[in-house]
Amino acid sequence: MKVLIPSPLRSYTQNAWVNADGSTLAEVLDDLDRQFPGIRFRMVNEQERTRPQCGSSCAASPCSSCRRHLRRPTRC
Amino acid sequence: MKTTAAVSRSSRASVKSPSTAPKPRSRAAPKPRQVLLMVATRKGAWLLKGDAARRQWQVMGPHFLGHIIQHLVLDPRDGRTLLAAAKTGHLGPTVFRSTDFGKTWKEAQQPPAFTKKEDGKGRVVDHTFWLTPGHASEPGVWYAGTSPQGLFRSDDGGITWHSASPINDDPRYIEWMGTVQDGTPDGPKMHSIIVDPRDPKHLYFGMSGGGVHESTDGGQTFRLLIDGLEVVEGFANDVPTFHDPHCMRMCPSNPDRLYQQNHCGIYRIDRPSKTWVRIGKSMPKKVGDIGFNMVVHPRDDDTCWVLPMDGQTVWPRTSVEGKPAVYVTRNGGKTWQRQDNGMPASQAWWTVKRQAMCADTRDPVGLYFGTSSGEIWMSRDAGTKWQCIARHLPEIYAVEAADIDTR
Repeated sequence: MKVLIPSPLRSYTQNAWVNADGSTLAEVLDDLDRQFPGIRFRMVNEQERTRPQCGSSCAASPCSSCRRHLRRPTRC
Repeated sequence: MKTTAAVSRSSRASVKSPSTAPKPRSRAAPKPRQVLLMVATRKGAWLLKGDAARRQWQVMGPHFLGHIIQHLVLDPRDGRTLLAAAKTGHLGPTVFRSTDFGKTWKEAQQPPAFTKKEDGKGRVVDHTFWLTPGHASEPGVWYAGTSPQGLFRSDDGGITWHSASPINDDPRYIEWMGTVQDGTPDGPKMHSIIVDPRDPKHLYFGMSGGGVHESTDGGQTFRLLIDGLEVVEGFANDVPTFHDPHCMRMCPSNPDRLYQQNHCGIYRIDRPSKTWVRIGKSMPKKVGDIGFNMVVHPRDDDTCWVLPMDGQTVWPRTSVEGKPAVYVTRNGGKTWQRQDNGMPASQAWWTVKRQAMCADTRDPVGLYFGTSSGEIWMSRDAGTKWQCIARHLPEIYAVEAADIDTR
């Protein structure tokens, strides 16, 4: 899927849109981190919770109700 | 420097006569040295490079514009590795690393992070607050203190970080660390991580709150070092949570002597004593002995400097009466002298945070501080005269000075 990277994270990707695979938000973030090491930890803390305000700035999921739930499907 | 010169003269005196002595090697000109200031701010980092006389300063930056940089430190062991503790308002914390004085930066592969708990209720690093290079015999070792309080270590020059001590998960320590409400307004912090130059396993750190702690086994175990320290009136001073050391420094010329600026006064300890002595009582009553920073002389363990702040009532955290001044003691805290020549005489309400004041190693000693209003001030003569060398920077969190080779 195409993922829109918010501007604070474009130092990792150099591009606004990147491709990443995964059936859940967690998998998409894992794929992003594989491609752009370090990007995931800026959004998800060591206890697997999205960081404050990252829920609204991470556009990996088009559904706002899924943004804070890493295990939810990316297509809903 | 004096010692080196003396040895050099002695060597020359023992040189054999020209007829039998090998041809003297041409002496390389002394390497020109410059002072590099590493400035961490609320909106990025800057480097200031001084000329040999410390009169002209070149301002370089910003690096990481928009990032909150808590600390920027040069590794004295290789003289070229810089680490920056960074985060932004929206993103999690990380550490960046440069080996070319900031021309390029690379992010840590594994920044400081607490142990993951299965129930998701473990602690979370909000930001890395303090960076300390390890012992001279351990190249690549760094320590980091975080908010909330955690002690982390890197063995590869800051690329990967791991917990440096069981205290990060010790329930007793976590109780002592208190909650976010117990700490400083922007989060409780571990700071003042000190490695004894005589022994890499001898460590100190301070926690705001949580007190001062010492380890002699490389961080596996720590013991409290809070005797003699006062706490806010009405609280029990045998409870570590209520202790709030702001900044602690070890004297390079005498590692048995430490000075501390605390929430409740200025202190000194001479090891092996386990009791801190409040030396701030001899500060002028109108000024008091509240502040955040502490700077020690590189060669004289009787000399240290503080820049007091207004700690009355609601803690305005400004200069006292809007008249900023550094205070120096040259006798271990028995007496203090005001040093404000060149500073604003009135209506200057800035202050200086705990990491934002430092000294170089020159003779006479250069002193530097960065203000909450984005100015950098320096003195080339150990505090006698001051001048502003940069202004209009963002709020300054930390200033470190290093002597660097210019070649």
